[in-house]
Amino acid sequence: MTDQAFHRQQAELLPQQPAPATTVGIVGWARTNLFSSWSNSVVTLIAIYILWLVISSFVQWAFIDADVSGTDRFACTSDGACWAWIDQRIQQFLYGFYPAGETWRINIAFVLLFPALAPWMFENVPGARYLRWFSIAYPVIATILLAGGLGLTVVTTDKFGGFMLNLTVGLAGIVLSLPFGIILALGRQSRLPVIRILSIVFIESVRGVPLITLLFVSNIILPIFLPPDVALDSVVRVIVMVTAFASAYMAEVIRGGLQAIPNGQYEAAQAMGLSYWKSMRLIILPQALKISIPGVVNTFIGLFKDTTLVIIIGLFDILGIANAMVSNPDWLGLSSETYVVVALFFFIVCFSMSRYSVHLERKLDTTKR
Amino acid sequence: MATTSLTTETGGFEVRRLWTDERSRAIIFQLLVVLGLALFIAFIVSNTIANLQRAGLASGFGFLTEPAFFDINQRLIQYTSESTFGRALIVGLLNTILVSSLGIVAATLLGFSAGVMRLSQNWILSRLVTAYVEMTRNVPVLLQIIFWWSILTELPKVRDSLSLGGAFILNNRGVRMPSPVLEPGFGWVFGAFIVGAIATFLVAKWAKRRQDETGQTFPMLWVGLVLIIGLPVVVHFILGQPLAWDMPERMRFNYRGGFNITPELIALWFALSTYTGAFISENVRAGIMAVSKGQSEAAFALGLRPNQTMRMIIIPQAMRVIIPPLTSQFLNLTKNSSLAIAIGYQDLVSIGGTILNQSGQALEVVAIWMGVYLSLSLLMSGYMNWYNKRIALVER
Amino acid sequence: MKYTAITSAAVVAAAMWIAGGTVGGAHAATLDDVKSAGELKCGINTGLPGFAFTDDKGNWIGFDVAYCRALAAAVLGNPDKVKYVNLTGKNRFPALASGEIDVLSRNTTWTFSRDVDLGFTFVGVSYYDGQGFLGRTALGIKSAKELDGASVCIQTGTTTELNLADFFRANNMKYEPVPIETNEEARKAYVAERCDVYTTDASGLAATKTTFPDADNHMVFPEIISKEPLGPLVRQGDDRWADVARWTLNVLINAEELGLTQANVAKMAIKGKNPEINRMLGSEGSLGEKLGLSNTWAVDIIKAGGNYSEIFERYLGKNTALGLARGQNALYKDGGILYAPPIR
Repeated sequence: MTDQAFHRQQAELLPQQPAPATTVGIVGWARTNLFSSWSNSVVTLIAIYILWLVISSFVQWAFIDADVSGTDRFACTSDGACWAWIDQRIQQFLYGFYPAGETWRINIAFVLLFPALAPWMFENVPGARYLRWFSIAYPVIATILLAGGLGLTVVTTDKFGGFMLNLTVGLAGIVLSLPFGIILALGRQSRLPVIRILSIVFIESVRGVPLITLLFVSNIILPIFLPPDVALDSVVRVIVMVTAFASAYMAEVIRGGLQAIPNGQYEAAQAMGLSYWKSMRLIILPQALKISIPGVVNTFIGLFKDTTLVIIIGLFDILGIANAMVSNPDWLGLSSETYVVVALFFFIVCFSMSRYSVHLERKLDTTKR
Repeated sequence: MATTSLTTETGGFEVRRLWTDERSRAIIFQLLVVLGLALFIAFIVSNTIANLQRAGLASGFGFLTEPAFFDINQRLIQYTSESTFGRALIVGLLNTILVSSLGIVAATLLGFSAGVMRLSQNWILSRLVTAYVEMTRNVPVLLQIIFWWSILTELPKVRDSLSLGGAFILNNRGVRMPSPVLEPGFGWVFGAFIVGAIATFLVAKWAKRRQDETGQTFPMLWVGLVLIIGLPVVVHFILGQPLAWDMPERMRFNYRGGFNITPELIALWFALSTYTGAFISENVRAGIMAVSKGQSEAAFALGLRPNQTMRMIIIPQAMRVIIPPLTSQFLNLTKNSSLAIAIGYQDLVSIGGTILNQSGQALEVVAIWMGVYLSLSLLMSGYMNWYNKRIALVER
Repeated sequence: MKYTAITSAAVVAAAMWIAGGTVGGAHAATLDDVKSAGELKCGINTGLPGFAFTDDKGNWIGFDVAYCRALAAAVLGNPDKVKYVNLTGKNRFPALASGEIDVLSRNTTWTFSRDVDLGFTFVGVSYYDGQGFLGRTALGIKSAKELDGASVCIQTGTTTELNLADFFRANNMKYEPVPIETNEEARKAYVAERCDVYTTDASGLAATKTTFPDADNHMVFPEIISKEPLGPLVRQGDDRWADVARWTLNVLINAEELGLTQANVAKMAIKGKNPEINRMLGSEGSLGEKLGLSNTWAVDIIKAGGNYSEIFERYLGKNTALGLARGQNALYKDGGILYAPPIR
């Protein structure tokens, strides 16, 4: 600031000079982001080497050296991956043991999922009002489509399998757990000690144990708890337990949302003379749920990944189908290939959901960074 | 139900007041909930009793004292197939604790480095770390456990084992290393270790006071290392090495002797720590970003170097944001260790499952599982809450 | 509103409780349940080559599955009226005890404790098996008694673990057990040489061996360390249903002895000279009705999948991937120990 030059009078401004070549364009970008210092350059080179190693060997294995056709593993003669099974078995990976002539029902249920979710996930969806009604009806529609009834052939749940089973269990768990989660979250904040304690005990004991023990409960203990002539379907039992599991996590997510609502809102609602339930329904919950959506999405991602655990109690989800296939003499030993495909399925769903949740968080976050 | 019919009979006004008055309504409502719950529990208990009787099954924990008759490959305490079911469960519990603690340490280290690296100025490094985080976070951990296990079984077979001077043996049955055999006199070495640790603690206190007063720093890390490791080593040699090593030895099928870390443990450990590490890195990143920029600018203005700034200014403040989610990541890791069952690492769930099968005591085994995991969770969150409070106090 | 909801929930719970308390005794009539449901709920393995596996269309087939089909044919006259419930080693017994399934046909060993302690009734032996070891010929050993210090792959949740521990203890040998939840993973571990030998029932070993591309480099050791009589089982205390399940199995075995096959059974059902066949197939007397079934029950069973030998050869026999010999499972008159009581 004390520089003399600063005070010097100048007749006219100097013409603007282009920035030095080393600070703009690709070179400039690389200088600031990759080679800003000696140590940084070393890191960059190591990172590039690792990347090259991983990507080139994967591409070599998965594409260049791969076999793509044939009816059993003996058709795969090269060193790389054997993708021949996809053509033969992808139906099972997607639909499990669902009757081949009926798989269109699963496809329709899957396609209808998008209009059912759209009004809750995005703003400015055309016809959102009607779509909301549709999404409330969607669970019923999907159940009928998948299980049958109303003129559709009944398909029992032992035919459910593959990725469709993961989606069914995950979605059913998350949708059913929403109302329970809300009740538990309100219960945890209740002024009534009995309600509060019961809610806390439920939430913390479910969150404190691994899902797999709950699945064993659904599988081994639930039949002992029920009257002898009531035998629940094994998929239904899994959904019951997964719902209980997700409710506890959901309750914590929603509690976060409830706590984020400024006290003024509660007080204003009381001042208006609204009863507890009315103020919750009209004032608090709509706001709290909106800010909970990213958390709900994250819970869904976690739950969805956990649906692979059903393999341990003898259901055939996509991982179970993959394992069964790998033990078939025709396809013995193709575990890497099948695991890559299964991982890809999950990655696509979970990654897009997590991007969506990040996007929402950014939108909700009004503070300036 | 009895109460409802009774109240409607006794007439309108009084009853309505019971319901409109907030306090009595609260009590009635809670009573009803308790009643409902009691009925529900009674329903389950009566079914259970009926079902168990019908199947002729005994209940109770008496089976824990019966002999197990099966073997366990990894055990931290003495166990043979003639030991009891109860002891088998303890072996399983210790294995759960072992893999969870190893996983927690590795996941924390990995998570912190990845979190810091992701914020690195180096574009390609931060992208590489992002790729790692997204790829592990969005794929089921069960799949990752099986994946790592498949990789490890592709290691050299026993006959082609990699050997490091005959002491460390690596093959697809694990990593085998010499195990220490304590001989008389080793107590002194251990004593030296204790002395070293206490001395380190005292020196650290003194160094901190001196730094507070004079601002002079002290190379605590090196002094500590010399005291804790150097002192016992010196004592060890002075006493003529009272510690022998049980070396691995090639037998017909396997190596024998020394200490073996099974591929199942390693696979589970890798998978759990990379998976949880990815989540922790996200928490760390969020924590660091939550520290206001002014803090690092001020630190630079004081002339601290970037890594000093990170270590002494940013991380301590970020910890307050990081600790609560870190706790739940630790809990998740511990709970996820139950997936050991898929690859045959014999943890609590795996051994419990075998016992359940041999004894038929399903209710009891499941109750033990849940009780143990719940207590582990409570213990851990209790400790982390205590730690959180402590650092919160330091930060005021 | 909340009040009514809670009250009605309590009422429902109480009603279910009372109902639950009284229904217990009415549960015994599995046969009637199956008939009224029009469907047999049959517990099978989650996947075991030869015994229960899926074809490319995803249908369950195999030796254990064939028994389910035969039983459904006997009770409902249609072998396709089966709902398969896939069960692991852990949940098979709770599933049967709770009534989730009507019969368990999942290569289950008939033991004292399962029959007595767990409250089930085994209806017979459909396959005589025994636990053995599969190892590489390159190991250079000829007997399982030389396995001191070996790593052994086992599938958990079975009697296998106990037999193994007993065998090594009795022979004063050490070993490293590598217990794995599913058969597939255990086999993968053996192939990768994670363990030296793989132990399970001899039938399973043979099945496993045939799936290896280098089957000649593996051998099954001569020692059979246990008796594993495998067979279907039902809940204890429902004698009628146990009879139905037992005699369905006996029909399969007797049909082989009498030369009744899937192809000729329709013709043989017309009254012929052999009174034994006439009685069994219902052209003489009314044995089926005495069992609470139709008189053509045995015809339906044999039509479903043929006699014991036909089922065996289709899923386990010489021309399958498993290539098992009949061995002990041949009829008593062919040198085996398969012997069914007469149907009269």
